[in-house]
Amino acid sequence: MAAKDSPKLGLYSYWQSSCSWRVRFALNLKGISYEYKAVNLLKGEQFTPEFEKLNPLHFVPVLADGDVFISDSYAILMYLEEKYPRRPLLPSLLPSNPQHKALNLQVASIVSSSIQPLHMLSTSKYLGEKVGPQEQLLFAQTNVEKGFHALEKLLKNIVGKYATGDEVYMADVFMAHQIAMATERFKIDMSKFPSLSRIYESLKAIPEFLESSPEEQPDAVK
Amino acid sequence: MVHQHEHEQAQQQNKLKLYSYWRSSCSFRIRIALNLKGLDYEYIPVNLLKGEQFSPEFQKLNPIGYVPVLVDGDVVVSDSFAIFMYLEEKYPQIPLLPSDLAKKALNIQAANIVSSSIQPLQNLAVLKYIEEKVSPEEKVPWAKFHIEKGFGALEKLLKDHAGKYAIGDEVAMADAFLAPQILAGIQRFNVDMAKFPLLTRLNEAYSELPEFQKAIPENQPDAPSA
Repeated sequence: MAAKDSPKLGLYSYWQSSCSWRVRFALNLKGISYEYKAVNLLKGEQFTPEFEKLNPLHFVPVLADGDVFISDSYAILMYLEEKYPRRPLLPSLLPSNPQHKALNLQVASIVSSSIQPLHMLSTSKYLGEKVGPQEQLLFAQTNVEKGFHALEKLLKNIVGKYATGDEVYMADVFMAHQIAMATERFKIDMSKFPSLSRIYESLKAIPEFLESSPEEQPDAVK
Repeated sequence: MVHQHEHEQAQQQNKLKLYSYWRSSCSFRIRIALNLKGLDYEYIPVNLLKGEQFSPEFQKLNPIGYVPVLVDGDVVVSDSFAIFMYLEEKYPQIPLLPSDLAKKALNIQAANIVSSSIQPLQNLAVLKYIEEKVSPEEKVPWAKFHIEKGFGALEKLLKDHAGKYAIGDEVAMADAFLAPQILAGIQRFNVDMAKFPLLTRLNEAYSELPEFQKAIPENQPDAPSA
Protein backbone atom coordinates (compact mmCIF):
# COMPACT_ATOMS: atom_id res chain seq x y z
CA MET A 1 0.00 0.00 0.00
CA ALA A 2 1.21 3.49 -0.88
CA ALA A 3 2.43 5.71 1.95
CA LYS A 4 -0.23 8.11 3.10
CA ASP A 5 0.22 11.84 3.52
CA SER A 6 -0.89 13.44 6.76
CA PRO A 7 -4.58 14.32 6.36
CA LYS A 8 -5.22 17.62 4.68
CA LEU A 9 -8.37 16.53 2.95
CA GLY A 10 -11.72 16.31 4.65
CA LEU A 11 -14.61 14.18 3.51
CA TYR A 12 -18.14 14.95 4.60
CA SER A 13 -19.78 11.55 4.49
CA TYR A 14 -22.59 9.41 5.81
CA TRP A 15 -21.75 5.77 6.50
CA GLN A 16 -24.61 4.34 4.46
CA SER A 17 -24.42 6.78 1.55
CA SER A 18 -23.40 4.88 -1.56
CA CYS A 19 -22.06 8.03 -3.21
CA SER A 20 -19.84 8.61 -0.17
CA TRP A 21 -18.72 4.98 -0.39
CA ARG A 22 -17.42 5.53 -3.92
CA VAL A 23 -15.21 8.39 -2.79
CA ARG A 24 -13.97 6.59 0.33
CA PHE A 25 -12.91 3.64 -1.82
CA ALA A 26 -11.12 5.92 -4.28
CA LEU A 27 -9.30 7.84 -1.56
CA ASN A 28 -8.12 4.55 -0.05
CA LEU A 29 -6.93 3.27 -3.43
CA LYS A 30 -4.96 6.46 -4.03
CA GLY A 31 -3.47 6.24 -0.55
CA ILE A 32 -4.83 9.66 0.40
CA SER A 33 -5.50 10.27 4.07
CA TYR A 34 -8.56 12.25 4.96
CA GLU A 35 -10.45 13.45 7.95
CA TYR A 36 -13.86 11.79 8.17
CA LYS A 37 -16.56 14.33 8.89
CA ALA A 38 -19.81 12.58 9.66
CA VAL A 39 -23.06 14.12 8.49
CA ASN A 40 -26.02 12.35 10.01
CA LEU A 41 -28.61 12.36 7.24
CA LEU A 42 -31.25 10.76 9.44
CA LYS A 43 -30.94 13.58 11.94
CA GLY A 44 -31.06 16.18 9.17
CA GLU A 45 -27.52 17.45 9.71
CA GLN A 46 -27.29 18.14 5.99
CA PHE A 47 -29.70 21.02 6.53
CA THR A 48 -27.63 22.92 9.08
CA PRO A 49 -26.48 26.43 8.00
CA GLU A 50 -22.83 25.27 8.26
CA PHE A 51 -23.36 22.37 5.87
CA GLU A 52 -25.52 24.45 3.56
CA LYS A 53 -22.51 26.77 3.10
CA LEU A 54 -20.47 23.77 1.93
CA ASN A 55 -23.16 22.32 -0.30
CA PRO A 56 -26.41 24.19 -0.90
CA LEU A 57 -27.86 20.99 -2.29
CA HIS A 58 -27.54 19.25 1.08
CA PHE A 59 -25.94 16.13 -0.37
CA VAL A 60 -22.99 14.08 0.75
CA PRO A 61 -20.23 13.47 -0.10
CA VAL A 62 -18.43 16.80 -0.07
CA LEU A 63 -14.66 16.94 -0.37
CA ALA A 64 -12.83 19.70 1.48
CA ASP A 65 -9.39 20.45 0.01
CA GLY A 66 -8.02 23.54 1.72
CA ASP A 67 -10.58 26.23 0.99
CA VAL A 68 -11.99 24.39 -2.01
CA PHE A 69 -15.15 22.35 -1.55
CA ILE A 70 -16.19 19.86 -4.22
CA SER A 71 -19.59 18.14 -4.30
CA ASP A 72 -20.99 15.25 -6.32
CA SER A 73 -19.15 11.95 -6.24
CA TYR A 74 -18.36 11.91 -9.96
CA ALA A 75 -17.01 15.48 -9.85
CA ILE A 76 -14.99 14.66 -6.72
CA LEU A 77 -13.48 11.58 -8.36
CA MET A 78 -12.49 13.48 -11.51
CA TYR A 79 -11.02 16.23 -9.31
CA LEU A 80 -8.99 13.69 -7.32
CA GLU A 81 -7.78 12.07 -10.57
CA GLU A 82 -6.36 15.35 -11.76
CA LYS A 83 -5.12 16.85 -8.51
CA TYR A 84 -3.63 13.62 -7.11
CA PRO A 85 -2.55 11.66 -10.15
CA ARG A 86 -0.70 8.91 -8.32
CA ARG A 87 -2.36 5.50 -8.53
CA PRO A 88 -4.59 6.64 -11.40
CA LEU A 89 -8.16 5.45 -11.50
CA LEU A 90 -8.49 6.11 -15.20
CA PRO A 91 -6.20 4.39 -17.68
CA SER A 92 -4.40 6.75 -20.07
CA LEU A 93 -5.61 7.22 -23.61
CA LEU A 94 -3.27 4.70 -25.22
CA PRO A 95 -3.10 3.83 -28.90
CA SER A 96 -3.03 0.17 -27.84
CA ASN A 97 -6.33 0.53 -26.01
CA PRO A 98 -8.04 3.75 -26.98
CA GLN A 99 -11.38 2.75 -25.58
CA HIS A 100 -10.25 1.65 -22.14
CA LYS A 101 -10.64 5.04 -20.49
CA ALA A 102 -14.00 5.74 -22.12
CA LEU A 103 -15.26 2.34 -21.06
CA ASN A 104 -14.50 3.11 -17.44
CA LEU A 105 -16.39 6.39 -17.69
CA GLN A 106 -19.27 4.61 -19.38
CA VAL A 107 -19.55 2.04 -16.60
CA ALA A 108 -19.44 4.83 -14.01
CA SER A 109 -22.27 6.57 -15.86
CA ILE A 110 -24.38 3.46 -16.10
CA VAL A 111 -24.17 3.05 -12.33
CA SER A 112 -24.58 6.71 -11.40
CA SER A 113 -27.25 7.56 -13.98
CA SER A 114 -29.09 4.39 -14.96
CA ILE A 115 -29.09 2.42 -11.74
CA GLN A 116 -28.52 4.35 -8.53
CA PRO A 117 -30.98 7.23 -9.12
CA LEU A 118 -33.80 4.77 -9.65
CA HIS A 119 -33.46 3.23 -6.21
CA MET A 120 -32.02 6.07 -4.16
CA LEU A 121 -33.91 7.13 -1.08
CA SER A 122 -35.70 10.16 -2.47
CA THR A 123 -36.93 8.30 -5.56
CA SER A 124 -38.03 5.28 -3.55
CA LYS A 125 -39.92 7.41 -1.09
CA TYR A 126 -41.75 9.38 -3.77
CA LEU A 127 -42.51 6.30 -5.84
CA GLY A 128 -43.57 4.31 -2.80
CA GLU A 129 -46.23 6.91 -2.08
CA LYS A 130 -47.65 6.38 -5.58
CA VAL A 131 -47.42 2.61 -5.97
CA GLY A 132 -46.88 1.17 -2.51
CA PRO A 133 -43.76 -0.37 -0.96
CA GLN A 134 -43.90 -3.77 -2.69
CA GLU A 135 -44.19 -2.37 -6.17
CA GLN A 136 -41.52 0.20 -5.38
CA LEU A 137 -39.12 -2.55 -4.30
CA LEU A 138 -39.88 -4.44 -7.50
CA PHE A 139 -39.14 -1.29 -9.50
CA ALA A 140 -35.79 -0.95 -7.75
CA GLN A 141 -34.90 -4.58 -8.35
CA THR A 142 -36.00 -4.45 -11.99
CA ASN A 143 -33.82 -1.44 -12.66
CA VAL A 144 -30.81 -2.86 -10.84
CA GLU A 145 -31.15 -6.01 -12.94
CA LYS A 146 -31.61 -4.02 -16.13
CA GLY A 147 -28.42 -2.08 -15.37
CA PHE A 148 -26.57 -5.26 -14.44
CA HIS A 149 -27.62 -6.94 -17.69
CA ALA A 150 -26.23 -3.92 -19.52
CA LEU A 151 -22.96 -4.05 -17.59
CA GLU A 152 -22.66 -7.78 -18.10
CA LYS A 153 -23.03 -7.33 -21.87
CA LEU A 154 -20.62 -4.43 -21.94
CA LEU A 155 -17.88 -6.07 -19.88
CA LYS A 156 -18.24 -9.70 -20.92
CA ASN A 157 -15.32 -9.67 -23.35
CA ILE A 158 -13.17 -7.24 -21.42
CA VAL A 159 -13.40 -8.36 -17.82
CA GLY A 160 -10.26 -9.67 -16.20
CA LYS A 161 -9.71 -9.92 -12.50
CA TYR A 162 -11.53 -6.60 -12.34
CA ALA A 163 -14.06 -4.81 -14.49
CA THR A 164 -11.90 -3.74 -17.42
CA GLY A 165 -8.78 -5.85 -16.93
CA ASP A 166 -6.44 -6.77 -14.15
CA GLU A 167 -6.19 -3.39 -12.44
CA VAL A 168 -8.77 -1.63 -10.31
CA TYR A 169 -10.07 1.42 -12.14
CA MET A 170 -12.98 3.85 -12.05
CA ALA A 171 -15.45 1.23 -13.26
CA ASP A 172 -14.66 -0.88 -10.20
CA VAL A 173 -14.97 2.11 -7.87
CA PHE A 174 -18.55 2.60 -9.07
CA MET A 175 -19.49 -1.05 -9.36
CA ALA A 176 -18.22 -2.29 -6.02
CA HIS A 177 -20.76 -0.62 -3.78
CA GLN A 178 -23.54 -1.10 -6.31
CA ILE A 179 -23.06 -4.86 -6.34
CA ALA A 180 -22.75 -4.93 -2.55
CA MET A 181 -26.07 -3.13 -2.24
CA ALA A 182 -27.71 -5.26 -4.90
CA THR A 183 -26.94 -8.41 -3.00
CA GLU A 184 -27.59 -7.15 0.51
CA ARG A 185 -30.50 -4.78 0.08
CA PHE A 186 -32.21 -5.97 -3.09
CA LYS A 187 -31.42 -9.70 -2.91
CA ILE A 188 -30.48 -9.77 -6.57
CA ASP A 189 -29.60 -13.25 -7.85
CA MET A 190 -26.02 -12.62 -8.95
CA SER A 191 -25.73 -16.01 -10.66
CA LYS A 192 -27.38 -14.28 -13.61
CA PHE A 193 -24.35 -12.01 -13.87
CA PRO A 194 -21.22 -14.17 -13.97
CA SER A 195 -18.81 -11.39 -14.99
CA LEU A 196 -20.11 -9.03 -12.32
CA SER A 197 -19.96 -11.81 -9.72
CA ARG A 198 -16.37 -12.48 -10.64
CA ILE A 199 -15.48 -8.80 -10.39
CA TYR A 200 -17.15 -8.56 -7.02
CA GLU A 201 -15.30 -11.57 -5.64
CA SER A 202 -12.02 -9.85 -6.55
CA LEU A 203 -13.10 -6.49 -5.11
CA LYS A 204 -14.26 -8.01 -1.84
CA ALA A 205 -10.70 -9.16 -1.21
CA ILE A 206 -9.20 -5.67 -1.46
CA PRO A 207 -8.50 -4.04 1.91
CA GLU A 208 -9.11 -0.56 0.46
CA PHE A 209 -12.62 -1.62 -0.45
CA LEU A 210 -13.35 -3.32 2.86
CA GLU A 211 -12.08 -0.31 4.78
CA SER A 212 -14.39 1.94 2.80
CA SER A 213 -17.53 -0.07 3.53
CA PRO A 214 -20.31 1.45 5.63
CA GLU A 215 -19.81 -0.77 8.67
CA GLU A 216 -16.18 0.38 9.02
CA GLN A 217 -16.97 4.06 9.18
CA PRO A 218 -16.74 6.10 12.38
CA ASP A 219 -20.44 6.97 12.22
CA ALA A 220 -21.65 3.43 11.57
CA VAL A 221 -24.47 2.34 13.82
CA LYS A 222 -23.64 -1.11 15.14
CA MET B 1 -10.55 13.82 -60.60
CA VAL B 2 -9.92 10.26 -59.35
CA HIS B 3 -7.52 11.53 -56.70
CA GLN B 4 -10.02 14.10 -55.50
CA HIS B 5 -12.70 11.44 -55.18
CA GLU B 6 -10.38 9.18 -53.19
CA HIS B 7 -9.40 12.10 -51.02
CA GLU B 8 -13.06 12.86 -50.35
CA GLN B 9 -13.72 9.21 -49.56
CA ALA B 10 -10.81 9.15 -47.14
CA GLN B 11 -12.12 12.30 -45.51
CA GLN B 12 -15.55 10.75 -45.21
CA GLN B 13 -14.09 7.64 -43.60
CA ASN B 14 -12.09 9.75 -41.18
CA LYS B 15 -15.09 11.83 -40.27
CA LEU B 16 -16.62 11.35 -36.90
CA LYS B 17 -19.90 9.47 -36.86
CA LEU B 18 -22.61 10.12 -34.35
CA TYR B 19 -25.41 7.64 -33.84
CA SER B 20 -28.24 9.77 -32.54
CA TYR B 21 -31.98 10.07 -32.16
CA TRP B 22 -33.42 13.52 -32.83
CA ARG B 23 -35.27 13.71 -29.54
CA SER B 24 -32.69 12.07 -27.29
CA SER B 25 -31.42 14.73 -24.91
CA CYS B 26 -28.26 12.70 -24.32
CA SER B 27 -27.59 12.85 -28.07
CA PHE B 28 -28.44 16.58 -28.04
CA ARG B 29 -25.65 17.17 -25.48
CA ILE B 30 -23.05 15.68 -27.80
CA ARG B 31 -24.40 17.42 -30.88
CA ILE B 32 -23.84 20.70 -29.00
CA ALA B 33 -20.34 19.66 -27.95
CA LEU B 34 -19.34 18.67 -31.49
CA ASN B 35 -20.67 21.93 -32.89
CA LEU B 36 -18.91 24.01 -30.22
CA LYS B 37 -15.65 22.24 -30.96
CA GLY B 38 -16.09 22.80 -34.68
CA LEU B 39 -16.00 19.07 -35.35
CA ASP B 40 -17.68 17.85 -38.50
CA TYR B 41 -19.63 14.61 -38.16
CA GLU B 42 -21.86 12.24 -40.03
CA TYR B 43 -25.30 11.96 -38.46
CA ILE B 44 -26.58 8.40 -38.34
CA PRO B 45 -30.14 8.20 -37.08
CA VAL B 46 -31.28 5.43 -34.77
CA ASN B 47 -35.06 5.38 -34.47
CA LEU B 48 -35.68 4.43 -30.85
CA LEU B 49 -39.44 4.25 -31.32
CA LYS B 50 -39.00 1.68 -34.08
CA GLY B 51 -36.53 -0.30 -32.00
CA GLU B 52 -33.57 0.30 -34.32
CA GLN B 53 -31.28 0.26 -31.28
CA PHE B 54 -31.85 -3.51 -31.18
CA SER B 55 -30.61 -4.16 -34.70
CA PRO B 56 -27.59 -6.51 -34.90
CA GLU B 57 -25.42 -3.73 -36.40
CA PHE B 58 -26.17 -1.31 -33.61
CA GLN B 59 -25.89 -3.95 -30.92
CA LYS B 60 -22.35 -4.61 -32.14
CA LEU B 61 -21.52 -0.94 -31.58
CA ASN B 62 -23.34 -0.62 -28.29
CA PRO B 63 -24.73 -3.81 -26.74
CA ILE B 64 -26.82 -1.76 -24.38
CA GLY B 65 -28.80 -0.13 -27.15
CA TYR B 66 -28.44 3.46 -25.98
CA VAL B 67 -27.72 6.57 -28.03
CA PRO B 68 -25.55 8.51 -28.50
CA VAL B 69 -22.63 6.50 -29.80
CA LEU B 70 -19.55 8.18 -31.27
CA VAL B 71 -17.41 6.39 -33.81
CA ASP B 72 -13.95 7.87 -34.39
CA GLY B 73 -12.13 5.62 -36.83
CA ASP B 74 -11.76 2.35 -34.93
CA VAL B 75 -12.77 3.82 -31.62
CA VAL B 76 -16.37 3.43 -30.47
CA VAL B 77 -17.49 5.42 -27.42
CA SER B 78 -20.92 5.24 -25.80
CA ASP B 79 -22.56 7.31 -23.06
CA SER B 80 -22.75 11.09 -23.30
CA PHE B 81 -20.44 11.69 -20.34
CA ALA B 82 -17.77 9.29 -21.64
CA ILE B 83 -18.09 10.72 -25.18
CA PHE B 84 -17.78 14.25 -23.86
CA MET B 85 -14.58 13.46 -21.95
CA TYR B 86 -13.18 11.58 -24.95
CA LEU B 87 -13.78 14.59 -27.21
CA GLU B 88 -12.23 16.93 -24.65
CA GLU B 89 -9.08 14.85 -24.55
CA LYS B 90 -8.76 13.92 -28.22
CA TYR B 91 -9.76 17.31 -29.64
CA PRO B 92 -8.55 19.86 -27.11
CA GLN B 93 -8.47 22.85 -29.45
CA ILE B 94 -11.71 24.41 -28.27
CA PRO B 95 -11.87 23.30 -24.64
CA LEU B 96 -15.25 22.87 -23.03
CA LEU B 97 -13.91 22.51 -19.52
CA PRO B 98 -12.00 25.24 -17.67
CA SER B 99 -8.50 24.39 -16.50
CA ASP B 100 -9.22 25.62 -12.98
CA LEU B 101 -9.93 22.41 -11.05
CA ALA B 102 -12.68 23.84 -8.85
CA LYS B 103 -14.53 25.37 -11.83
CA LYS B 104 -14.05 22.14 -13.74
CA ALA B 105 -15.58 20.22 -10.83
CA LEU B 106 -18.56 22.61 -10.81
CA ASN B 107 -19.16 21.90 -14.48
CA ILE B 108 -19.12 18.17 -13.86
CA GLN B 109 -21.38 18.57 -10.86
CA ALA B 110 -23.91 20.60 -12.83
CA ALA B 111 -23.75 18.10 -15.71
CA ASN B 112 -24.34 15.25 -13.28
CA ILE B 113 -27.32 16.92 -11.68
CA VAL B 114 -28.86 16.74 -15.13
CA SER B 115 -27.60 13.29 -16.12
CA SER B 116 -28.14 11.54 -12.79
CA SER B 117 -30.79 13.43 -10.85
CA ILE B 118 -33.09 14.62 -13.61
CA GLN B 119 -32.91 12.88 -16.98
CA PRO B 120 -33.02 9.25 -15.74
CA LEU B 121 -36.18 9.99 -13.82
CA GLN B 122 -38.03 11.36 -16.83
CA ASN B 123 -36.80 9.18 -19.67
CA LEU B 124 -39.03 7.07 -21.90
CA ALA B 125 -38.73 3.84 -19.91
CA VAL B 126 -39.59 5.43 -16.58
CA LEU B 127 -42.51 7.38 -18.00
CA LYS B 128 -43.86 4.23 -19.57
CA TYR B 129 -43.65 2.53 -16.18
CA ILE B 130 -45.47 5.41 -14.47
CA GLU B 131 -48.12 5.30 -17.17
CA GLU B 132 -48.70 1.59 -16.60
CA LYS B 133 -48.37 1.36 -12.83
CA VAL B 134 -49.90 4.65 -11.78
CA SER B 135 -51.84 6.29 -14.61
CA PRO B 136 -51.28 8.08 -17.93
CA GLU B 137 -52.19 11.35 -16.20
CA GLU B 138 -49.36 10.91 -13.71
CA LYS B 139 -46.60 10.95 -16.37
CA VAL B 140 -46.25 14.70 -16.77
CA PRO B 141 -46.62 15.55 -13.04
CA TRP B 142 -44.00 12.90 -12.21
CA ALA B 143 -41.54 14.29 -14.75
CA LYS B 144 -42.32 17.87 -13.77
CA PHE B 145 -41.67 17.09 -10.10
CA HIS B 146 -38.22 15.68 -10.74
CA ILE B 147 -37.22 18.28 -13.27
CA GLU B 148 -38.28 21.12 -10.99
CA LYS B 149 -36.45 19.57 -8.06
CA GLY B 150 -33.29 19.35 -10.16
CA PHE B 151 -33.78 22.86 -11.54
CA GLY B 152 -34.10 24.18 -7.99
CA ALA B 153 -30.79 22.51 -7.16
CA LEU B 154 -29.15 24.01 -10.24
CA GLU B 155 -30.42 27.50 -9.43
CA LYS B 156 -28.80 27.21 -6.01
CA LEU B 157 -25.58 25.70 -7.31
CA LEU B 158 -25.01 28.19 -10.11
CA LYS B 159 -26.22 31.31 -8.31
CA ASP B 160 -22.74 32.40 -7.24
CA HIS B 161 -20.91 31.15 -10.33
CA ALA B 162 -23.00 31.98 -13.38
CA GLY B 163 -21.85 34.73 -15.70
CA LYS B 164 -22.94 35.00 -19.28
CA TYR B 165 -23.25 31.21 -19.17
CA ALA B 166 -23.69 28.61 -16.48
CA ILE B 167 -20.25 28.95 -14.96
CA GLY B 168 -18.49 32.16 -15.91
CA ASP B 169 -18.57 33.76 -19.30
CA GLU B 170 -17.46 30.90 -21.52
CA VAL B 171 -19.70 28.14 -22.82
CA ALA B 172 -18.71 24.88 -21.18
CA MET B 173 -19.81 21.36 -20.31
CA ALA B 174 -22.50 22.51 -17.89
CA ASP B 175 -24.20 24.45 -20.68
CA ALA B 176 -24.09 21.49 -23.08
CA PHE B 177 -25.89 19.35 -20.49
CA LEU B 178 -28.27 22.05 -19.26
CA ALA B 179 -29.60 23.26 -22.58
CA PRO B 180 -31.30 19.99 -23.65
CA GLN B 181 -32.81 19.48 -20.21
CA ILE B 182 -34.23 23.00 -20.03
CA LEU B 183 -35.81 22.64 -23.46
CA ALA B 184 -37.28 19.25 -22.56
CA GLY B 185 -38.71 20.72 -19.38
CA ILE B 186 -40.33 23.61 -21.21
CA GLN B 187 -41.54 21.83 -24.34
CA ARG B 188 -42.66 18.49 -22.99
CA PHE B 189 -43.32 18.74 -19.28
CA ASN B 190 -44.93 22.14 -18.53
CA VAL B 191 -42.16 23.18 -16.18
CA ASP B 192 -42.90 26.54 -14.58
CA MET B 193 -39.77 28.44 -15.59
CA ALA B 194 -40.82 31.54 -13.63
CA LYS B 195 -39.43 29.73 -10.60
CA PHE B 196 -36.02 29.46 -12.25
CA PRO B 197 -34.81 32.91 -13.32
CA LEU B 198 -31.18 31.90 -13.87
CA LEU B 199 -32.06 28.89 -16.01
CA THR B 200 -34.52 31.07 -17.93
CA ARG B 201 -31.77 33.57 -18.67
CA LEU B 202 -29.37 30.77 -19.67
CA ASN B 203 -31.99 29.29 -21.98
CA GLU B 204 -32.29 32.65 -23.73
CA ALA B 205 -28.50 32.83 -24.06
CA TYR B 206 -28.45 29.33 -25.61
CA SER B 207 -31.16 30.28 -28.09
CA GLU B 208 -28.76 32.85 -29.51
CA LEU B 209 -25.90 30.44 -30.10
CA PRO B 210 -25.91 28.86 -33.58
CA GLU B 211 -24.04 25.80 -32.26
CA PHE B 212 -26.92 25.10 -29.88
CA GLN B 213 -29.63 25.88 -32.41
CA LYS B 214 -28.10 23.59 -35.01
CA ALA B 215 -28.23 20.81 -32.42
CA ILE B 216 -31.89 21.12 -31.37
CA PRO B 217 -34.12 18.11 -32.04
CA GLU B 218 -36.29 19.81 -34.67
CA ASN B 219 -33.21 20.59 -36.78
CA GLN B 220 -31.96 17.01 -37.00
CA PRO B 221 -32.20 14.95 -40.20
CA ASP B 222 -34.45 12.38 -38.52
CA ALA B 223 -36.88 14.87 -37.02
CA PRO B 224 -40.40 14.38 -38.43
CA SER B 225 -41.10 17.12 -40.97
CA ALA B 226 -43.43 19.81 -39.69
